[in-house]
Amino acid sequence: MSTMDTPVRGRDRAARIALYAVLVAGLLVVVGPFVWMLLSSVKPEAEIRQVPPTWLPETVTLEHYRELFSRLNFPRYFGNSLVVAVLTTAGNLVFCSALGYALAKLRFPGRRVLFAFVLGTLMVPGMVTFVPQFVLVSNMGLVNSYAGLVLPFLAGPFGVFLMRQYLLSIPDDIIEAARIDGAGEWRVFWSVVLPLCRPALATLGILTFLASWNNFLWPLVVATTEDRYTLPVALALYSVGQNRIDFGLMLAGAVVVVLPVVVVFLVLQRHFLRGIATTGLK
Amino acid sequence: MTAAPATTAPSRPAATDRPHRTDGVTGRRRRRALTGWLFAAPFTVLFAVFMAVPVVASLAMSFTDLRSTDLRNPWSVDVVGLDNYVRLFSDALFRRAAVNTLVFVVVGVPLTIVAGLAAATALNSALVRFRAAFRVGFYLPVVTSIVAIAVVWRFLLDPEAGLVNNLLRVVGIDGPNWLGDSSLALPSITVMAAWRNFGFLMVIFLAGLQAVPADLYEAARIDGAGRWAQFRHVTLPMLRPTLLFGAVVTGIGYLQLFEEPFVMTRGGPLSSTLSVSYHIYNQFGFGNYGYAAAASYVLFVGIVALSALQFRLLRSSE
Repeated sequence: MSTMDTPVRGRDRAARIALYAVLVAGLLVVVGPFVWMLLSSVKPEAEIRQVPPTWLPETVTLEHYRELFSRLNFPRYFGNSLVVAVLTTAGNLVFCSALGYALAKLRFPGRRVLFAFVLGTLMVPGMVTFVPQFVLVSNMGLVNSYAGLVLPFLAGPFGVFLMRQYLLSIPDDIIEAARIDGAGEWRVFWSVVLPLCRPALATLGILTFLASWNNFLWPLVVATTEDRYTLPVALALYSVGQNRIDFGLMLAGAVVVVLPVVVVFLVLQRHFLRGIATTGLK
Repeated sequence: MTAAPATTAPSRPAATDRPHRTDGVTGRRRRRALTGWLFAAPFTVLFAVFMAVPVVASLAMSFTDLRSTDLRNPWSVDVVGLDNYVRLFSDALFRRAAVNTLVFVVVGVPLTIVAGLAAATALNSALVRFRAAFRVGFYLPVVTSIVAIAVVWRFLLDPEAGLVNNLLRVVGIDGPNWLGDSSLALPSITVMAAWRNFGFLMVIFLAGLQAVPADLYEAARIDGAGRWAQFRHVTLPMLRPTLLFGAVVTGIGYLQLFEEPFVMTRGGPLSSTLSVSYHIYNQFGFGNYGYAAAASYVLFVGIVALSALQFRLLRSSE
């Protein structure tokens, strides 16, 4: 231990202990509810409601999960969430990188206006647009369809901003060299520009997938029948639909929504935290 | 586009001297413009249809009496001028929602910032190891679904079976019915929001703290400043732009409060957790599209005003 080799002043040691105490207490408060959720979701309903509570489950049961996946159609909601998130992510990767490339590296009339316009809507919240968006989607006959769930999110201003900023840092020479070698514009974009953008694309892909997976208001409004619900919609509607809620079932549902995201986050946390540090946005 | 005239000037006379080259240049320029727009087109079309048009339509709609039943019969929609806005501000429920939302923002934003700043400062200290682990832990709630978190917290705050009251019982306190009491429901949701969001600010503030030059602290120490004085007179002033950014982003998010009351309280008890967004959603559900659009524009104006106000406040106290 380094503290054995170099004598630490008493004040520093006290400060260090105080710091750790605060940080560990904070960590317990933040992570505790997730652990509690996970542990309670495998307890029988009676044990969940038991006073005083048990910490570790006395009886481990998967009945809540079984019920979610057999009686409640959760596989369907999971699939819906996945389809919507994958399509939204793919769309954003393609459309945002194409526009980001055009804005950063191609000269065409109107690009400044276009960029200002896209940037200006970065701050417009979903609450402001969802009513006319719904009218639009409903006039297109797309209410309660996957197209209706996905279309308004395929082209997000955040992705354009991210890709443009990243592309500005790539030297023009590389692109120019490919052009001189006779590559067409599309080929330059596909086999030179996109591979160079891999880190930015990874960040954009992760953030978009996450936003879509957790999105609530729009699927709540557009998915009108149960077979189009995404996971958050199903979870919210089931949990408010009952007077006395079945805690075990709802906690298991929350685990199904949260666990994939937590796993992805823990594996790819570098990308998450870099995305925030470089753009300052969620 | 704003190339200096000095560099473009010589090429122009050359082009007019030889007309055939002008054709080549404009041809290339036209082709370049076409390429640019081809790359921009897919995004621009989608964006115009699903984002730009709705933003404008939302404003237009707020001056009409559009209802859900009019969707099949657009000719029955009438322009009603400012009627929706007049109704909105005389609607006791909307005023209640506006007050609730403002209280949530005014209490929640500082609370989240203090927690985020405390975590960032602690983690930035040279004394702490395992920094990455703490950072990931504190950030965890930010990436998870608000709906799922609201479900979990509804359970944590349950008066009988909830973890919070069970912990209070251990120390002999009979905990209240957090979400069932009209004076406690909104504060409970506020604390939960700070719990969920401070990790995001922590990451932003950490980046800001690491950009503060170390010699400033050195100079302050030489002047005899203790830890608190260093924080007060070096860290806080240097961090002002970052704090401003964090306050604006958090404020914008908090003004749109929706999922938490939807899942945890249904806006109750006695409308004590009804937010503006929730009110908009309810009005939309009743089919009052014009009215809902007006309310959402008021919310939008509130968001813009809050951002402007925070910029001014943090700037002028310099």
